[in-house]
Amino acid sequence: MIFQDLVWTIAASGIALVALVFLYIVANAGRAIDPAALSTSQRRIAGLRRGLFWVLVLVFVGASYASLHRFPIPPQHAPLDAAQVVDVQARQWSWQLSQPGQPPGAALQLTAGAPVEFRVRSDDVNHGFAIYAPNGRIAIQTQAMPGFTNKILHTFTQVGTYRVMCLEYCGLGHAPMVSSFDVAAPAGG
Amino acid sequence: MAALTLYPESERLPRGERITFNLYMISALLLFVLMMVLGVIMRMGQSLWLDVPPDLFYQVLSMHGAGMVGTMSLATTAVMWFFLRKYVRLHLWAFLANYLLFLCGALCIIGAVFVGRYAGLWTFLYPLPTHAMGMWGNGAAACFMVGYLFIGVGSLLFYLDAAAAIIGRYGNLGRAMGLQWLFGGTIDPDHPKAVVASTMVVIANSLGILAGAVVLVMYLVAIAYPEFTMNALYAKNLTYWFGHMYINATIYMGVMAVYELLARYSGRPYAISRPFLWSWAASCVFVIVVFPHHLLMDYAQPRWVAVTGQVVSYLAGFPVFLVTVWGALTNIHRSGMRWSTPSRLLILSMFGWAAGILPAILDGTIGINRVMHNTQWVPGHFHFYLLLGVLPMVLALLYHVIGSRRAAPPDSGADRLGVPVYLIGGMTFALAFLDAGHMSVARRMSSHLAEWIPNDRVGAIGASLVLLAMVYFAVRIIHGLLRAPGAESTAHAAG
Ligand code: HEM
Ligand SMILES: [Cu+2]
Repeated sequence: MIFQDLVWTIAASGIALVALVFLYIVANAGRAIDPAALSTSQRRIAGLRRGLFWVLVLVFVGASYASLHRFPIPPQHAPLDAAQVVDVQARQWSWQLSQPGQPPGAALQLTAGAPVEFRVRSDDVNHGFAIYAPNGRIAIQTQAMPGFTNKILHTFTQVGTYRVMCLEYCGLGHAPMVSSFDVAAPAGG
Repeated sequence: MAALTLYPESERLPRGERITFNLYMISALLLFVLMMVLGVIMRMGQSLWLDVPPDLFYQVLSMHGAGMVGTMSLATTAVMWFFLRKYVRLHLWAFLANYLLFLCGALCIIGAVFVGRYAGLWTFLYPLPTHAMGMWGNGAAACFMVGYLFIGVGSLLFYLDAAAAIIGRYGNLGRAMGLQWLFGGTIDPDHPKAVVASTMVVIANSLGILAGAVVLVMYLVAIAYPEFTMNALYAKNLTYWFGHMYINATIYMGVMAVYELLARYSGRPYAISRPFLWSWAASCVFVIVVFPHHLLMDYAQPRWVAVTGQVVSYLAGFPVFLVTVWGALTNIHRSGMRWSTPSRLLILSMFGWAAGILPAILDGTIGINRVMHNTQWVPGHFHFYLLLGVLPMVLALLYHVIGSRRAAPPDSGADRLGVPVYLIGGMTFALAFLDAGHMSVARRMSSHLAEWIPNDRVGAIGASLVLLAMVYFAVRIIHGLLRAPGAESTAHAAG
C-alpha cells in the first residue's frame, strides 16, 4: 500500500469513528435518563474514560516507538558515505541539480536500489525540495534554507522520471519552480 | 442552581460594554465573510473556474491567512472577555484599546497587501518579505509588519489587564489555574473554568506574542539597515513559536463558550474536576513547546527538538479527547436536551475540534511529515478545526446573546437549515483538502497540475456552501445584535 494511502485511511477511519460517537450521543441526548439510573451511568462513563486513557497511552507509546526507533532523518553532521551524491542549489525560481565530478547542467546519473545523498542548499530565500515519484506522490522532501545544508539519504525503488517541485512558497515563480531527473535500473539488475 | 440559568444577570451587558462587544463581533463577522470570499476566489482559481493571476493569488493568500487568523483572534478575545468579566474586574478601556489597535493593524495589513502588493504570506518567513524580486517593495513589507505589531500590542494590553485582574482576585496565576488542587485537596466547585482557560491563554499567548515581536522588530531593523542579517533558522523558530501559539490561543479562548454555555442548554451541571485542571496545566506546557512540529523538515534543527515536536503533538491530543470533548459529550448524553441553534453549534464545534486534530497529530509524526508537509493536508486539518471547530464556538455565543435579547434561544427554520449547510459545506471543503494532501497536492500554489483540478473543484463547491451559510449567519446575527435589548429584563427568569 502506498504510504500516503495508509495515512489517509487511518485519518479517515478516525474521523469516521469520532463522527459515529457524536451521532450516537446526539441521537440519545434528547431522552432524559431516569434520575435513579444517573449515578450508575456516570460510574460507567468514568470507567470508560479510564479505559480510553489507557488505550491512548498504549497508542502513544506504540506509535512513538514505531516511528522513532529508526530515526527518519539521517545524521546531518557525519559523512553519509553514499556512493551517489547530488548537490541541490535552490534559487528564485529554479533548481540546479549536479553531481560531483560531472559538468554543471549534465543529466544526473542515478540508479535505483542504492542510496543517494542529496545536499540541499538555497541561495536566497526558503524553498522546499520535494521529490515526486513517477506515481505522482511525494517520495521525500526537505527544506532548502539559506545558510544551511539539509541532507537527505534516499534509496529509490521505482525506475522512471522523478519530478522536483518547490514546497515552500518563495514568491511569484513558486509554482513553476520545477525540475526533473531520471532513475535507471541498477546495472545487471 | 444559578449556573443553569440560561441568561444570568451577571452576563448582562451595560451600554458601554454592549457597544464595544457589538463593535468586536460585527467587525469580526464582516471580516469573516470577506476573508471567506477571498478563500473561495483562491479555490475557484485553482479550479480554473476563475482567472486569478499568480501575483493576485499570493496577495489574496497573504490577506486571507493574516486576515483569518487576526479576525479569529479578535472574535475569540471577545468570547474570553464576555465570560471572564463575570469573575474578575476587567477594564473596558483595555478591551476597547485592543479593538482600536486591531483596526489600525488591519488597515496597515490591507494597505500593505492591496496597495503595496505585499505577498510574503502571514508567516513572513525570513528573508522572503525583503527578497521579493520586485513583486513588492520593502515599504510594503514594513507596513505589513507594523500592522502585526499594532495587533500584537493590542492583544498584550488586553492580556495584561486580564492578568492583573486575575491576580487581583486569585492571588497569582497558578492559583487561578487551580494548580493547588492538582495533587489533592477539595476543589472549589465554583472555581470558574473560564478563569482557568483565560489564565492559560494569558501566559502562553503573551510569550508567543513577545517572540513574534522580536522577529518583527529584527525585520524592521533589517529593512532599515540592509547589511543586518538574521539566521534564517532562528527566525523561523521564533515565527512559528508566535504563529502556532497565536492561532491555537483562539481555540482556547473560544472553548470557554462551550464550558460556560453547554450545561445551560443540556440542563445538567458541568462540574470542574481534577482531570480538567490537569488538562489545562498540561495544555499550557504543550502549547508552548509544541511549535517545532512546524520545522520537522528543517533537518539542520537538532534532533531532540524534532522529537519534542512529535512527542508533544501526540500528547496534545490527550486533554482534548479525555477532558474537553469527553466532558462535553457526557454532559449532553441522555440529558433530555432540547436542541436549538446555540447548542447545535456548540456540539458542532466539539466535533470539528476532535475530528480535525486527528490528521494534525498524524502530520506531527516526522516520518509522515516527510510526505505531507506543505501539501494541502495542512490546510485540510487546520480548516477542519478552525472552520468547523473555533468559528462555531463564536457563532454559538453570538446566537446565545441574540437569544438573550429576545428571551428565547433562536431556532428559526433558516437557522435549522444554516447549520447543516455549513457543516456539509465545511466537511466537503476540508475533506477535499485532506484528500488532496494524500495525493501530494502542494499547498500555496496559484496553479495546479491538471490531475489535481477535479479535487479542487469539489473543494470549491464545499467552500461556496460555507460562504452561503456564513453570509446568512452574519446577517442574522448582526441584525440580532443591533436590536435594542428592550425585552431583556423579562428574559432572566427563563431557563
Ligand atoms: C469558506 C471558508 C474558507 C475558504 C474557502 C478558505 C480557503 C482557503 C484556501 C484556498 C487556502 C489556500 C490553500 C492552499 O494553500 O492551497 C486557505 C489558506 C488558509 N486559510 Fe482558509 N478558507 C476558509 C476559511 C478559513 C478560516 C475560517 C480560517 C480560520 C482562521 C482560515 C485560515 C486560513 C489560513 C491560516 C490559511 C493559510 C494561509 C497560508 O498558507 O499562508 N481559513 N484558505
Ligand atoms: Cu517555492
